Amino acid sequence: MLEYISIIITAIFVNNIVFAQFLGICPFIGVSRKLSSATGMGAAVTFVMVIATCVTWLLQFYVLNPLGLQFMQTIVFILVIAALVQMLEIILKKIAPVLYSALGVFLPLITTNCAVLGVAILVVRNNLDLGQSLVYALATAIGFTMAISIFAGIREQLALSNVPKAMRGVPIALICAGLLAMAFMGFSGIKIG
Amino acid sequence: MNSKLKILYNGIVTENPTFVLMLGMCPTLGTTGSAMTGMSMGLATMGVLICSNVVISLIKNLIPAKVRIPAYIVVIATFVSVLQLVMEAYLPALNTLLGIFIPLIVVNCILLGRAEAFASRHGVFDSCLDGIGIGLGFTIALTILGAVREILGTGRIFGAEIFPETYGSLIFVLAPGAFIALGLLIALFTKLRGARC
Repeated sequence: MLEYISIIITAIFVNNIVFAQFLGICPFIGVSRKLSSATGMGAAVTFVMVIATCVTWLLQFYVLNPLGLQFMQTIVFILVIAALVQMLEIILKKIAPVLYSALGVFLPLITTNCAVLGVAILVVRNNLDLGQSLVYALATAIGFTMAISIFAGIREQLALSNVPKAMRGVPIALICAGLLAMAFMGFSGIKIG
Repeated sequence: MNSKLKILYNGIVTENPTFVLMLGMCPTLGTTGSAMTGMSMGLATMGVLICSNVVISLIKNLIPAKVRIPAYIVVIATFVSVLQLVMEAYLPALNTLLGIFIPLIVVNCILLGRAEAFASRHGVFDSCLDGIGIGLGFTIALTILGAVREILGTGRIFGAEIFPETYGSLIFVLAPGAFIALGLLIALFTKLRGARC
């Protein structure tokens, strides 16, 4: 149990996917102008990341490893994730139209979200078992959602302030992200178990 | 000849992937702890980009429009796998240093972006030039960012000491410094470009 709690705290705070590992920066910068779309993106990423990690983990340990095809990892993973996102879109549209209308616009963007592929590869590289992988994926996604929501809140305020012309838009947003990352460094001493 | 030079210039300045298009942010921030790693990442991406641009431009008429994106992804993923195997064999130290960012070249928006916006509409030679131009633009941007962070953080550039390490501010080598340095560099680039026009 302690082991899972340790994975969760580490993935959300200490090793936050955006601020410490630099994955998923594109949606972090691109979809963080409004708080509502930021939380929508976070929810969509959470959904896809957990399912994708589960599928790619099973593929890696039950198909690629026994057949000695480890070098195919990159191609197989990206194709599986792309197909999975497409399938989820179709299934959601049919089964849960409410959820689809909330997440729909974000789903196609997730295929090229490096956080999803990154987590799928990281759990394999770190030799986590299936339970640990799923907990890690979920916690990482929660960390992403938290980061992008905090950032969107800050950017909503930032839109009202008078910023020098050359700094407007992405540059000032990046500097804010830097200050946020500095705040997150405060968590780096935490160790459990 | 002039139009060929223009393609190169376009990639390096007008449509610089990092400072203007702002694509491929993850490796830009994640691998620029020093000038050397930044440059290596840029060159690795450039290699894949040139190969994928050439192949996609060669097969552009064979791919049905509806499945073009998955087809592009397969081409890019193939070259990334080749790069992974080559780096594991010949540059194992660099491979461990860049770590997960090597397989993640496959989801770098620059590659898919150039395939869709340029290689699928132009000839082989032009696409190759575009790959070189954009790749160089990316490499230069990553090297500059890496150099700035390395100098401010440790007082070195490409490992050569400029001022003693104790005067450096370590924060620039750590995560927050990556965001702040990139933000300031983009602002500077915007300012310079604005002044010239």
